[in-house]
Amino acid sequence: MSTALIENISGPGAKKYAERRAAKGKPVKLSGPSDDSGGRRPGWVTYGLLSVVVVASIFPLYYAAILGSSTRLEIAQSALPRLVPGPNLLANIGAIISNHQIDFWTSFANSLIVAVLVSAATVFFSTLAGFAFAKLGFRARNALYVFVIATLAIPMQLGTVPMFIMMNEFGWIDSLTALIVPSLVTAFGVFWMTQYLKEALPYELIEAARVDGATVFRTFWSIALPAARPAAATLALFTFVGSWNDFFWPSVVLRSQKTLPLVIPQLSGAFTADHALIMSGVFLIALPLLVAFVFLGRQLVAGVMAGAVKG
Amino acid sequence: MTPLTPAPRRVGFSRKLSRWDIKVSPYLYISPFFLSFAVFGFFPIIFNIWVALHEWDRRLGQGEFVGLDNFAWVLNQPAFWTSLQNTFSIFVLALVPQLILSLLIAAILDQNLRTKTFWRMSILIPFVVMPVASAMIFSQVFGQFGLVTPLLHDLGWFTDVDSPFFHNRFLSHVAIATMIVFRWTGYNALIFLAAMQAVPRDLYEAATIDGAGRARQFFSVTIPSIRPTMIFVILTMTIGGLQVFDEARVFDGSGSGGTGQGGSDDQWLTTVLYLFNLGFGDWQDRMGQAAAVAWLFALVIIVFTLLNFFLTRAIADSGSKPTRASRAAAKQLAAQVRAGADAPAARAARAERSTLTEGSQR
Repeated sequence: MSTALIENISGPGAKKYAERRAAKGKPVKLSGPSDDSGGRRPGWVTYGLLSVVVVASIFPLYYAAILGSSTRLEIAQSALPRLVPGPNLLANIGAIISNHQIDFWTSFANSLIVAVLVSAATVFFSTLAGFAFAKLGFRARNALYVFVIATLAIPMQLGTVPMFIMMNEFGWIDSLTALIVPSLVTAFGVFWMTQYLKEALPYELIEAARVDGATVFRTFWSIALPAARPAAATLALFTFVGSWNDFFWPSVVLRSQKTLPLVIPQLSGAFTADHALIMSGVFLIALPLLVAFVFLGRQLVAGVMAGAVKG
Repeated sequence: MTPLTPAPRRVGFSRKLSRWDIKVSPYLYISPFFLSFAVFGFFPIIFNIWVALHEWDRRLGQGEFVGLDNFAWVLNQPAFWTSLQNTFSIFVLALVPQLILSLLIAAILDQNLRTKTFWRMSILIPFVVMPVASAMIFSQVFGQFGLVTPLLHDLGWFTDVDSPFFHNRFLSHVAIATMIVFRWTGYNALIFLAAMQAVPRDLYEAATIDGAGRARQFFSVTIPSIRPTMIFVILTMTIGGLQVFDEARVFDGSGSGGTGQGGSDDQWLTTVLYLFNLGFGDWQDRMGQAAAVAWLFALVIIVFTLLNFFLTRAIADSGSKPTRASRAAAKQLAAQVRAGADAPAARAARAERSTLTEGSQR
């Protein structure tokens, strides 16, 4: 590529750079986005900018760890008491865990029970419905599927007050049941699994199973479920994160029982204005999902990029 | 003939059973969703009308029929209008930087990077930080002993108050918007990145040859090409962004003695928080009025979402006009946009398919 063209496109600086590269016998290419398969490697400016973004992404947690490893006096004196989290963090976290008012482990167990049950049920029922919508023939299939998608557009707080009244009638107030039962299957889950199974499951496999005399459920269990595994894993992750982090609905229906998000506002009541203890508690509660993210983040990234819908 | 009769009868029975299995199973499999939706989706919406037309106490339950009084009461509450203003103010303050930042980050990521997965995972970290937790941390950052307040005070601004972000209405909106931007920017950047990777690379080549630099390519090729995704993201941001609750609820919670009810003068009272306070707050039991707020707010969301949809589409349309700088690219692009505009769903499905298969191969 001629350096004149490069100057025309990217300016005199780029031309000089291209000439220097050409003199060293290196390939000269134009800038611009390139796909994964090849193209020019971006320069340090790109990595510098990305590093800034990464720093901003982890900043709040880092800041919570910094404050959590300080004392309330240090925080009153300086907004940034230290640059590296100190050993005091563990002592503060210990104080949170052993506090009876906070009751960390019970809340942790509650969060875990709810999130695991909700995501397991959502994945199972959504895959079941997805299998039916994608691969089984029945009357009004398309109309019903359109209906499922249409329900996605309903703003959910519209039902908050009546849902509370219903939970009250059922005797589920202050019970984990109120968090689990209404979330056993979601329209998004059904949509997600249907779209995936449409592509991933060949009709031939289903036919073969039927010829071999398998029942419909057997076909689902032995053929559709294994084929759905990648999409099911992504759905499970998103459902888990959503349930684990949910704050609004537990605030409405729980009283003495708590999930982890409900513990956070309670910290400031338990440790009045002791910002060090409060922040170590916040850090502690935010930590489990982050540890899980280290192992499962790849899958989550793939899920977002596959067009997951928020919430 | 006679010895054969038992056999067909058995086959007939199992065949009948199998036919019944094939006929009934699909309905059985989709029934959990429809049952769940009927009980926890459809019924509450209808029941909500009933509740909104009555006095309703959290403990005592249904009171007398009051007609539209609850709606009239809500519309006469200054707090309701304040909450709507706050919600929209926070929404705009969060939407604009979020859009710009996530598009820029996506453009940076849309290169032949080393350690791609590392960068992509890193920007998604905020998405898994519990919103209440990050709200608490940001309250500390913006609080009296935080990082930002001394800067304001050093500049000589708001020196009369200890914690201006809890005091000044606009500043409290800035603080809450910051939390929302923090949470969603990386997430949206990945959605945009997926869309950008689907843009045919020869469009960029054509644009380059016609003399478009990086910036020009970004505005004349990338942005118009990912138009359907931008509309999708703005719509989901609208629906989600108007329902701000977690952040507003715990904003003054970080040991500053706040009540979590939206500030002393409703500075950061959002509409969902207002609904929560009315129906479930510690200080009053106005479930009928809360139900009325739910109806009014749902109406606002629907109207605003539609408005947003048409506005976004109009703006995006005017932006996708062919440009002088890259005539060849624009020609291809116009064709592509025409094809894409008719079938945004098909296009999303295409992108989804490719990424999912990628995931399954891992």
